Amino acid sequence: MLDIFTKMSLLKQNDERMRAVIKSGRLVMPYYSVRGQEAIPSAISALLKPTDFICTIYRGTHDSLAKGCPVDKLWAELAGRVTGTCKGKGGPMHITHPESGVMITTGIVGSTMPIANGLAWGSKMKGNDAVTIAYFGDGASNIGAFHESLNLASLWKLPVIFVCVNNGYAEHTKTENCTAIDEIARRADSYSMPGVRVNGNDPLELYAVAQEAIERARTGGGPTLIEAMTFRFFGHVFGDDDKYMDPGEKAEHEKNDPYPKYRNWLLDNGHAVEGELVAIEAAHAKEIEAALKFALDSPFPETSEIRHDVYAYEVIE
Amino acid sequence: MTEMMNMVKAVNLALYDAMEADDTVVVLGEDVADKEGGGVCGITAGLSAKFGAARVKSTPISEQAIVGAAIGAAMIGFKPVAEIMLMNFCTVASDMIVNHAAKLRFMSGGQTSVPIVIRTMTGAGVSNGGQHSDYLEQWFAHTAGLKVVIPSTPADAYGLMLSAINDPDPVIFIETLPALFTPGPAPERHKMIPIGKANVVRTGRDVTVIAYGRIVQGIAGLAEKLKGEVDIELIDLRSVSPLDLDTVLASVAKTGAAVVVHEAVKAFGPGGEISSAIHERLFSKLRGPVIRIGAKFAPVPFSKPLETASLPSLDEVEKAVRSFARATPGMAPLTAGVSD
Repeated sequence: MLDIFTKMSLLKQNDERMRAVIKSGRLVMPYYSVRGQEAIPSAISALLKPTDFICTIYRGTHDSLAKGCPVDKLWAELAGRVTGTCKGKGGPMHITHPESGVMITTGIVGSTMPIANGLAWGSKMKGNDAVTIAYFGDGASNIGAFHESLNLASLWKLPVIFVCVNNGYAEHTKTENCTAIDEIARRADSYSMPGVRVNGNDPLELYAVAQEAIERARTGGGPTLIEAMTFRFFGHVFGDDDKYMDPGEKAEHEKNDPYPKYRNWLLDNGHAVEGELVAIEAAHAKEIEAALKFALDSPFPETSEIRHDVYAYEVIE
Repeated sequence: MTEMMNMVKAVNLALYDAMEADDTVVVLGEDVADKEGGGVCGITAGLSAKFGAARVKSTPISEQAIVGAAIGAAMIGFKPVAEIMLMNFCTVASDMIVNHAAKLRFMSGGQTSVPIVIRTMTGAGVSNGGQHSDYLEQWFAHTAGLKVVIPSTPADAYGLMLSAINDPDPVIFIETLPALFTPGPAPERHKMIPIGKANVVRTGRDVTVIAYGRIVQGIAGLAEKLKGEVDIELIDLRSVSPLDLDTVLASVAKTGAAVVVHEAVKAFGPGGEISSAIHERLFSKLRGPVIRIGAKFAPVPFSKPLETASLPSLDEVEKAVRSFARATPGMAPLTAGVSD
């Protein structure tokens, strides 16, 4: 339980620091804030092994960090530095760190799922028990790749878990205005796989649902669709105004902020004492400051990097 | 007597030999397993019987899911050969091909790679109409990170396929549908043909003809027919990307004239890139502008006379190469490089 909190603390503070640094002008990039969605990857990753895989999307720094991507390398990548996870060549929308199982971050809505299937298929062919998590948003459930992928995963009984992070909006359009089904989890019925809607702000409920899905996948029982209900507190891309939301809508959701809620629950139920949690938070604050410094102190890649990693060999023009 | 084999059998043999040599080679696509016929033209016939259903997987008609599955498996050590039945269907999978397969190595800073082969058939001339006939190699050649191979003979198809499967990067492997059943000399087993190295099919002194795919055979016949009138050096690129400019430029430096021929649409086609590269480097050595010959700027028509008229013809090639014939004793001098 404290393990989940520890991850949530890192993800929340990391997001806060990132927004502050972008606001100050020290880093310039498109940033898709994850604030409000921390419980989902924290609870799921607490169940994963380093050898399990995740595929995530542009709003995915929390997924990568929760899976174990190093904070300093993540910041350096976001700063476009050569010390970043991808030598600065990927950036915020393409964080990759196979050592911790972060196999792709994609900027294309819906594209985690076909590739997650491939990782799961490969694991199955190897005969190991690795599972793959495909994260995506509610908007992605209206893309063809979602339907193709769920169909194939079910047919081939792949060890993959489709995690739909339903934050109520596809870009600026409310889910109900662009999605013909009221519960995305029910789309699993069309593909003969279990589908579960879960409170995405409740780490314990998430943990229980994910545990069952992961166990099923590990033991050859095939895929699951999990729809985790949550809210993004800082719009689609950081800097959005909230004009497309109903007045008071965001304030209402902020009452369900998973972070203080879970923190208080741990304290109220005697799972932790204040000093313990403060110490965890302070350690993360320090780690993030060090990561920021590491990133800003690191050099940019040489321009010759353009010629490398296009192919296995260097491109000569 | 030379053993003969068509391209269907040659590619099938390459897949067979690669799968036998390496357990990580797997095949997926619509109808590829024997139960579904071993591929619409039989190119994957017998593979599932020999190597098992786990390594030869028929899929739903889901092009994004097919290429995505290939990409993911490739990232963790497999060498998938995915069939996208026809090249026009690659458009349905282009997010997976262009945004992912091509770019993951670069965007991950070299941490991941996508050693897949996408086998796909295409080609006008068999009345398949506007959505089953296009050559789209220029789209993929324009995308950094992809390689694009188009064999012209069964033997080349075999050797290039072995190389494609063992290539560390994604390869689009184009099989020309109208030439699939044309026999040619059988390949030498287990011999790979390197990707990115053009084949000088015949040497000549008057004009360099640069081509690839099915049309190479026709041009070879034309060169033979014109022997004594125009001395043609014929280069089969074998791959559009990487483009073997060294071989092309060395040849054109010698002949001083070039004609580029492809079945893809001429406008914005590979001929533009090749022609431009020649002009940039050899302008002062050219006896006339490079001539490009390609398909008409129109969707491929169904009606036979229209379909034929939309394709590049050997008559066009003959006219072009004749314009570069060097004056020889007893022959009237010709105006070089003039072409409409």
